[in-house]
Amino acid sequence: MAGRAQPVSPWPGAGAAALVAALILGTLAAVALRAETSAGFGPADWAALRFTLVQAVLSAVFSVALAIPVARALARRRFPGRRALIALLGAPFILPVIVAILGLLQVFGRAGWISEVLGLFGLSPLRIYGLHGVVLAHVFFNLPLATRLILQAWQEIPAERFRLAAQLGCNGTAMFRLIELPMLRRILPGVLAVIFAICLTSFAVALTLGGGPRATTIELAIYQAFTYDFDLGRAALLSALQLALTVVAALAALRFSQGDGFGAGLDRAIRRWDGGSPLFDVFWIGTAAAFLLLPLAAVVISGLVGLFEMPALVFRAALISVLVAAASTAVLLLLALPMATAVATGRYGIVELCGILGLAASPLVIGTGLFILIRPVANPTTLALPVTALVNAVMALPFALRILVPAAQDVVTRHGRLALSLDMDKKTFFTRVLLPRMQPQIRFAAGLSAALSMGDLGVIALFADPHIATLPLQIYRLMGAYQMQAAAGAALLLLLLSMGAFWLLDRGGRLHAET
Amino acid sequence: MLKLDGCLIENGSFSLQADFTVETGSSVAIIGPSGAGKSTLLESIAGFRDLKRGQILWNRGRISDLSPGQRPLAILFQDGNLFPHLTVEQNVALGLRPNGRLSGDEQAEVQNALTRVSLFGLGGRKPAELSGGQQSRIALARVLVQRRKLLLLDEPFAALGPALKAEMLDLVAGLVAETGTTLFMVSHDPQDARRITSHTVLVADERAHPPASTKALLDNPPPSLRDYLG
Repeated sequence: MAGRAQPVSPWPGAGAAALVAALILGTLAAVALRAETSAGFGPADWAALRFTLVQAVLSAVFSVALAIPVARALARRRFPGRRALIALLGAPFILPVIVAILGLLQVFGRAGWISEVLGLFGLSPLRIYGLHGVVLAHVFFNLPLATRLILQAWQEIPAERFRLAAQLGCNGTAMFRLIELPMLRRILPGVLAVIFAICLTSFAVALTLGGGPRATTIELAIYQAFTYDFDLGRAALLSALQLALTVVAALAALRFSQGDGFGAGLDRAIRRWDGGSPLFDVFWIGTAAAFLLLPLAAVVISGLVGLFEMPALVFRAALISVLVAAASTAVLLLLALPMATAVATGRYGIVELCGILGLAASPLVIGTGLFILIRPVANPTTLALPVTALVNAVMALPFALRILVPAAQDVVTRHGRLALSLDMDKKTFFTRVLLPRMQPQIRFAAGLSAALSMGDLGVIALFADPHIATLPLQIYRLMGAYQMQAAAGAALLLLLLSMGAFWLLDRGGRLHAET
Repeated sequence: MLKLDGCLIENGSFSLQADFTVETGSSVAIIGPSGAGKSTLLESIAGFRDLKRGQILWNRGRISDLSPGQRPLAILFQDGNLFPHLTVEQNVALGLRPNGRLSGDEQAEVQNALTRVSLFGLGGRKPAELSGGQQSRIALARVLVQRRKLLLLDEPFAALGPALKAEMLDLVAGLVAETGTTLFMVSHDPQDARRITSHTVLVADERAHPPASTKALLDNPPPSLRDYLG
């Protein structure tokens, strides 16, 4: 429909997209230019590459393999609390990584609950640090995501297929082969690729549970090049390697997932006739729920004790985190709303592409680039907090656009003609029609962005000096100083702040399906 | 006087030719099989669809280059004629000032329009709190304050029951007669056309035919219309 008038202007959005592209591509260019001066890869770098790939493959395979029976059980059983459980599967997305890690340590750690039970039988305690700890934490975060994606595909199988198969007398195995296996074959490559890509950029998990020459991811190696050696050239070289990896993985994920999206409509249980033992499904649902809920319960329980032992530093860090999250959310909305508007006018797909550029570059890569760019003109550590807020906003942008773009498109198609026929100007349409009509989605995106920023432990670790910290970084430092009680208390505080920010902004804490 | 001068409209695979004149102050129905292009014709006049060829004139002034809001016309669509998050008053006020606040006189004008369509006292409500017929009246009140010389209706009352629809059409007929407005109305019901229009444009076979007397056309329909009427 070339030449047709639009009720809103795409230009502010195009400008925002250009800013985002300049930021991301500019930092990448800085990284690439700086990396050339370095001496090439050493054995430690190859080890980091190998470990990054191995842990990402294992994390993806375990997450998906465990998610299949859980999703199948959720798809074919109805029970009280099913909806709540499915909503809970969305929670790890906004759960601060450091909080989850403290919970996992409390359950699976050397002095954790399981080790204590093992000790009763004279068995040696579990060891969580290293490859299996990293994979365990990644499965904790990605099993729910995989379950939601697979469950969605399961629910999309038309009920008529199951009816027909039942009428033909198919038993459980035959039905699985006839209907469910083809569906899994279609969707699993995409799910695997998405989780693989997510785990490639893992930093906070590797920082806390990995480490040492045998369990260092590339992101962690970038951080170490920064903080231990202050070798910018090596950090840049590693960043270039990380960038190449994430771009390939992101392309693969996009290609395999073919816009399946994070989807909606997970509340319908399909009626099935193939029976099967309910015990099997009960086992999987129970195990998955326990695996997700126990670490959270551990954070709450040990945090309640620790709340009264927190040093004043924690409260200062909490205040800083709230301010950073607020700034990051404001920046996100200033970028995402015009961009979503531009995409909704239908001719600016490139704007959306700029928005998802953030998926290709990891926070530490962008952080490295910004550090290189800022250092000649200012002391980067004095800009630690603004940089953190900005990078957090850019990282939340792809998710925000996913939420905002369909809503903006809907408003423009639904109300655009009327506004045009009334001669409403573009600014008025934006403020009086688009923003009010998109309020639920804006609130949801803002809530997500605030929670993600609040819990982020990434760029801040690169930039911060010892005197300043966000709450996640402060928790990490307390853990490093073996002040586990205080760390647990701070983790509970962080959990409350993240979830509280999400709930406050999204009002009522409605967990939409788009996560 | 509305003149479609050698117009060619394309919409995907189908095209529509229109070359006719409508006298100022007359009421004209647009009738034809579904998919023939009735709404497409209206969209072109309103400016939501570009002409492939030709021009549209209003009182000898070329309007086909103007943006939809600049054209001397008001249009009511099949649906989406109101902003659901704005009150009745705010919706009507958009007809006077789409981008700003109303003066005291203008506020009085909005109240007058609401009274004229029997909605006085309901200005503070949201559209969803009112019935379908009342929602149509809000849109008509806005048309009233817009004071445009040409009114296009793309079956805005199609979702209403027969009695309510007839009531709305009579209200429209009264309003356009009072203000000397030229009415151009898509309809798939010949009774609607008979009820309030003197002339009818038949849209069929990729052509919008010149207006003919509604009564004569419907009493003695050409083959393409006869198939449609059944």
